[in-house]
Amino acid sequence: MSHDTLPRPVKTEAAPAAERPARRRAHWTRRANPLAGAGTLIWLAVVIIPIYAMISASLTHQDEALGHNALKPPSHPTLDNYDTVLHNGFGHLLWNTVLAAAGVVLIVLVLCVPLSYVAVRTRSVWSGAAFRLFLLGVAIPAQAVVVPLYLMIAKLNLYDSLLAIILPTAAFAMPVSVLILTGTLRDISEEMYEAMALDGASTTRMLFQLVIPMSKGGISTVVIFSALQAWNGFLFPLIFTQSDGPRVLTLGLFNYVSEFGVNIPAILASVVLSGVPIFIVYLVARRALVGGLMGVGGK
Amino acid sequence: MSLTQLKGGPRDDAGRPRPTRRNRAGRPSAALAVPGVLFFAFFALAPMVLAFYLSFTKWNGLGDPEPAGLANWRKLLGDDRLTQSLTVTVSLTVVSWAFQTVISLLLGVWAAGRQRNRAVLSAIFFVPFLLSSTAISLLFYALLDPNFGIIHKDTLGTTSGAFLAIVFVGGWQFIPFHTLIYQGGARQIPEVLYQAAAIDGAGRLRQFFSITLPQLRNTATTSSVLMIVGSLTYFETVLILTQGGPGTDTAILPYLMYQAGFKSYDFGYASAVASFLVLAATALSLLMVKLSGFGAMRSTREGM
Repeated sequence: MSHDTLPRPVKTEAAPAAERPARRRAHWTRRANPLAGAGTLIWLAVVIIPIYAMISASLTHQDEALGHNALKPPSHPTLDNYDTVLHNGFGHLLWNTVLAAAGVVLIVLVLCVPLSYVAVRTRSVWSGAAFRLFLLGVAIPAQAVVVPLYLMIAKLNLYDSLLAIILPTAAFAMPVSVLILTGTLRDISEEMYEAMALDGASTTRMLFQLVIPMSKGGISTVVIFSALQAWNGFLFPLIFTQSDGPRVLTLGLFNYVSEFGVNIPAILASVVLSGVPIFIVYLVARRALVGGLMGVGGK
Repeated sequence: MSLTQLKGGPRDDAGRPRPTRRNRAGRPSAALAVPGVLFFAFFALAPMVLAFYLSFTKWNGLGDPEPAGLANWRKLLGDDRLTQSLTVTVSLTVVSWAFQTVISLLLGVWAAGRQRNRAVLSAIFFVPFLLSSTAISLLFYALLDPNFGIIHKDTLGTTSGAFLAIVFVGGWQFIPFHTLIYQGGARQIPEVLYQAAAIDGAGRLRQFFSITLPQLRNTATTSSVLMIVGSLTYFETVLILTQGGPGTDTAILPYLMYQAGFKSYDFGYASAVASFLVLAATALSLLMVKLSGFGAMRSTREGM
């Protein structure tokens, strides 16, 4: 183990005493680190340049765009490209995506919260097996099952509907959601259950009055994670839907490529617009969003 | 929790009564778990089994699948594209993992500091993750366009250019997320370890390698599993940026399957590729579990 290799306290008594009080006072998380600072500036450039180029190019006239370097600001900024996108069914795509995300979140919560409650609170062979099943499920790539799912969706008469996107997306968001929730539920202390049991609460009442209120952090992580799955999903919409009716944003963006062809500024305007809703969420609820996603990594 | 004080019995390190088999209150009925298990089984596990079944059939997407014996598997194992695709998929996964892990680990540990400038920069670093992978792929498709983009060269037309573009685009999207995971992990490292190391005279570098890295082991495992499974599935990036090209040089397994199924309408063969992908992903994750003790997560978390 690496900490065994640290010098023992005795040896350091010879170290210059003047240096130590200062170091002890500086909280490790508050010390400056110039080398790391320089590294992060490089990463800042990596992050900012494409975003800048995207926004600046989306404001460029289509005529000016050919042979244009995306880093050059447009000589006559225009909002025409945004106009083009908004007149090509963008609102409808956004609405479908919001519906799909809401559906996925609802299904995941309704199914995963009770499931995780059982997985944490019972120690039977079956619940252990179910938990391991979900643990392994984290590794199943959704890509691997699109062909049979396509067959099943067709047989269920769900082809080309929003449900065809929602149901499998929810199923594939479940393993990670169960992992997150079981992690949070384990933090509820035994005596809280005992206190409720003394009051004569049923397990269902414990679920609603103890488990759900106490695992708000995990639940918000799951909401964010599963909403992002729906927001990001591309393969299921690509394969399970066809018409304009149930088309979601990701697939709509993809179709804009063939629709707008060489009009790259319009494509970029659609990319910018697709980011606006979630960017607003980020501005309004950054703490919840970031804190929630941090929870995906567990503790 | 005054109740705790009143109770006797075994206690754990934190002074809480240790749960024993007898006194565990609030054991819910297993029936609560049934809907979730059934739903998952129907939409995720059954299709996996069905994929294996379909891999032994001939099916063009219309009508019903017909038995075809081992034909698809023979074709698959004799297919040069599979070998190439497997090589690309594995190298893409390994290179992406290394790229993303190194940067996210460093950024995450850095961002764990509570300075104001770090908080502001972290907020900016997160922005790419707000775009969907489709949007990001389209963005770089435009920025790498030889007539329009940042680099006036046919980056995507060369094998190494296309490969590195996919690695970079994947990293650009997912590094913010993994940075966040490492940041969360780094903030949970007990302060006292650093204080002890500082008293022992360990420098910054020594502290990083002797405390931070070992303490982030569980975090690294979670992040790596998500990365590896994630990069097996850079489907939209490949579809939008390179269409598997130049030639078939960046045709990763999921793309090969998509081509076989939804472009050539050979669903039997596509299922054989998909089954192969399931086998590969399962083997990979079992290996990860074995190497890292991911299954032991339960015990390391309990009582924290």
